[in-house]
Amino acid sequence: MPLQVKGEILDVRRVGAYSVLSITAPGLPERTRPGHFVTVGMGGEESSMVLRRAFAIHNVQERGVYGGSMDIVVGLNGPGTRWLTERRRHDPIDIVGPLGRPFVLPKERVACVLVGGGYGSAPLFMLADQLRERGCRADVILGASSEDKLFGVLEIKRVCSTLTITTEDGSQGLRGRVTDILGESIEKFDAAVVYACGPMGMLEAVADIAVAHRAYSQCSVEESMACGIGVCMTCVLPVIGDDGVTRMVRSCVEGPVFRGDRVRWEDVGTIPADALGAPAEAGT
Amino acid sequence: MTRAIIGRAPRQGPTEIPTIDMSTSLGNLHLLAPVLTASGCASSGRELDQFFDITLIGGIVTKSVMLHPRAGRPTPRMAETPSGMLNSIGLQGPGVEAFIERDLAWLDQRGVTTVVSIAGTSVDEYARIAQKLRNASGISAIEVNISCPNVDARDQVFACDPDAAGHVVQAVRRHSDPRTPILVKLSPDVTDITEIAQSVARSGAHGLSVINTALGMVIDVDTMRPKLAGVTGGLSGPAIRPIAVRCVWQIRKVLPDIPILGMGGIRTGLDALQFILAGANAVSVGTMVFNDPSAPLRVQNELALALHERGFGSLREAVSYAHRAHADGSVVDLRPGDHEDS
Ligand SMILES: Cc1cc2nc3c(=O)[nH]c(=O)nc-3n(C[C@H](O)[C@H](O)[C@H](O)COP(=O)(O)OP(=O)(O)OC[C@H]3O[C@@H](n4cnc5c(N)ncnc54)[C@H](O)[C@@H]3O)c2cc1C
Ligand SMILES: Cc1cc2nc3c(=O)[nH]c(=O)nc-3n(C[C@H](O)[C@H](O)[C@H](O)COP(=O)(O)O)c2cc1C
Ligand code: FES
Repeated sequence: MPLQVKGEILDVRRVGAYSVLSITAPGLPERTRPGHFVTVGMGGEESSMVLRRAFAIHNVQERGVYGGSMDIVVGLNGPGTRWLTERRRHDPIDIVGPLGRPFVLPKERVACVLVGGGYGSAPLFMLADQLRERGCRADVILGASSEDKLFGVLEIKRVCSTLTITTEDGSQGLRGRVTDILGESIEKFDAAVVYACGPMGMLEAVADIAVAHRAYSQCSVEESMACGIGVCMTCVLPVIGDDGVTRMVRSCVEGPVFRGDRVRWEDVGTIPADALGAPAEAGT
Repeated sequence: MTRAIIGRAPRQGPTEIPTIDMSTSLGNLHLLAPVLTASGCASSGRELDQFFDITLIGGIVTKSVMLHPRAGRPTPRMAETPSGMLNSIGLQGPGVEAFIERDLAWLDQRGVTTVVSIAGTSVDEYARIAQKLRNASGISAIEVNISCPNVDARDQVFACDPDAAGHVVQAVRRHSDPRTPILVKLSPDVTDITEIAQSVARSGAHGLSVINTALGMVIDVDTMRPKLAGVTGGLSGPAIRPIAVRCVWQIRKVLPDIPILGMGGIRTGLDALQFILAGANAVSVGTMVFNDPSAPLRVQNELALALHERGFGSLREAVSYAHRAHADGSVVDLRPGDHEDS
C-alpha cells in the first residue's frame, strides 16, 4: 500500500546531466520493490503546478537516523524538474509511493540482461542487486545519446555481472544503441529474461529483440501521468490481456512494468480499432 | 468576526474539541458530511481508500459510466496549465453492466455513500443506463453528466441546450427508481447558466452539480500542434474556481431552494467554504486529489475548522450565507436549514 510522506531533502548531488536527490521517507523502503516509482509534489502547497511528477525509485536505505530514505534520479525536462533540481538540503518534499507494479523476478536461477536508456538505468541498480542475490546473472547494458546522459556507470559495476556501454556519439563505450548489441548479449549469456527501462522507442525495439531471441521481457514504460494512483485514466496504453483482448490500461497501476510482448508499441498514442470499447465497435 | 453576528457560543465543556454539525442534504440524499469526490477524479473510490477512509467523507461520485465499454480518446490526454490542467479522457470506462458488477458492488459492500455519474450520447442512452441502474443496490443518487455531444443533434452538447438538457432529465427520471435523487451536472460553457439550471429543475432534477470543466486548449510550441490528441480538453483545478463560485452564486439567486453540489478547483477548506457561502449544500473535490490523494478528507476537516472559527455551529447555517450578508438589497432570505427538504 502506498504512503503519503512529508519528507525532507538530505542531499542533492550532480551526476553527469542528472541530479540525485536523497529524501527521507520513513516506511517507504520496506515496501519498495525494484521498478516501483514515487510521485513528487511540485513547488509547495500554494504551487500553480498542481500535478505531481513521477520518478523511478533508484535506491532505498531502510535504516539510519532518518528512519528510512530513498534516492531518485532527476533529468532536467521542464519547470517541475527544474524546481526539483534547485532543492537544497533540509527543504521539505512531498512524496507518494511506492506506486505501480514492480519488475517480476524469475523464480529460477536464470540469466538476465538489464537494459537502461539515459536515466532509465535508475531502477536497474536495485533490480541487479536482487537478481544477483537470487543467484541470477545480471548483465547490464547502459546507453545514452552521449556520455553525460549515461547514469551510474561506476556504481552499477558493483552489482552487475558485466557492463556494456553504448553512446550514439561514441563518447563512451560502443558507438550506437543498446539495441544494436542486445540480441548478441541474450545469446552470449543465454538470457531468459530482459529487463528494460528507458524511452518508449527503445522499449519497443527491446521487446521485439527479446521475442526474436525467445527471451521474456519486462519493460518499464513512461506515459504522462496526472494522478499516478489510478484514478484519472490519463496514462493509458494498448496492452493485450491474458484473454487476447486489447485494452487501454493504466500504466500507473497496471504498469509501469509490462511484459514487452503484450504492449502494442506501434499503437501507443492511438486507440486500436480492435481495442475493447474502441469507437468502431461503440454501440454494438 | 461573524461570531458576533451569529451569536453562537462555543459548544459544551471547555476541554471538548469543538464539534460542528457537518451533516447536509441534497434533496432527500442525507449526507453525514459535506465533501464528496468529483466524477472522473476518484475512479470508484477503491484507490483513494488506500490513502484515507473513504467512509468518513460525504461520499464518492463515480466516473461517468456509459452504456457500453468505452476506450476513450488517444493519448496524450492531459496537459498541465497554470493552477490547473486540461483533460481529454473521452469517458473511458467499463460500461454500466461491468460497473454494477465490480465497482458498485465493492462500494456497496464498503458502505460508502455512492453517487453514480452517468453519461450518454443520446437521450435514449441515458434512459437505458438509468434503467440498468434501477435495480442495482448501493446507489444513493445519480449524477447526470450532460456535457456530452448529442449524436441526434449534430453533436450539440446537451448541457448547452436547455431543451435537450431537459429531455435527458425527464428520460432519466422516468427510468430510474423514483426514490433515487437525480443531480444534473452543468457546464460553465454557456451564455447563461441559470437558464439551463431552471430548465433542468423544471424537468425534475432534484439537485444540480456545478460545475463541469470549461473547454480549453493548449498548443505545444515545440511541435506547433495541439498538445492533446483530442485537440481540446476540459479545464479544471484552482484556475476555474472563481468561475465555479460565480455559477453557484448565480444559480442560488434564481433557485433559492434547489440543492447544489458545488465544485471547481477546491484545494482547501477555505475554498470549500466559498462554495458553501455562495449557496452550495455540499462540495466535490476533483483535480486536487491528483495533487493530494487525501484531499477530500483534509478539505472536510479544514472546512469544519473554518466554520467553527467563524462562529457557525453547523454547516447548514453557512449555506448561502454570502447572499444574506449581501448589501445590494436583492437579499434572498435563506434561513439556516432552508434547503433540507426541498
Ligand atoms: C513511471 C515514470 C517514471 C519516471 N522516472 C523518471 C526518473 O527516474 N527520472 C527522471 O528524470 N524522469 C522520470 N520520469 C519522467 C518525469 O516524470 C518527467 O520528466 C517530469 O514529469 C517532467 O516534468 P517537468 O515539469 O519538468 O516537464 P513538463 O514537460 O513541463 O511537464 C508537464 C507535464 O507533463 C508531464 N510529463 C512531461 N514529460 C513527461 C515524461 N517524460 N513522462 C511522464 N510525464 C511527463 C509532467 O508530469 C507534467 O504533468 C518518469 C516518468 C514516469 C511516468
Ligand atoms: C481527469 C478528469 C476526468 C473527469 N471526468 C469526468 C467525468 O467522467 N464526468 C463528469 O461529470 N465530470 C468529469 N470531470 C470533471 C470533474 O468532475 C469536475 O466537475 C471538474 O474537474 C471541476 O472540479 P475540479 O476543479 O475540482 O476538478 C473530470 C475532470 C478531470 C480532471
Ligand atoms: S495517472 Fe491517473 S490513472 Fe494513471
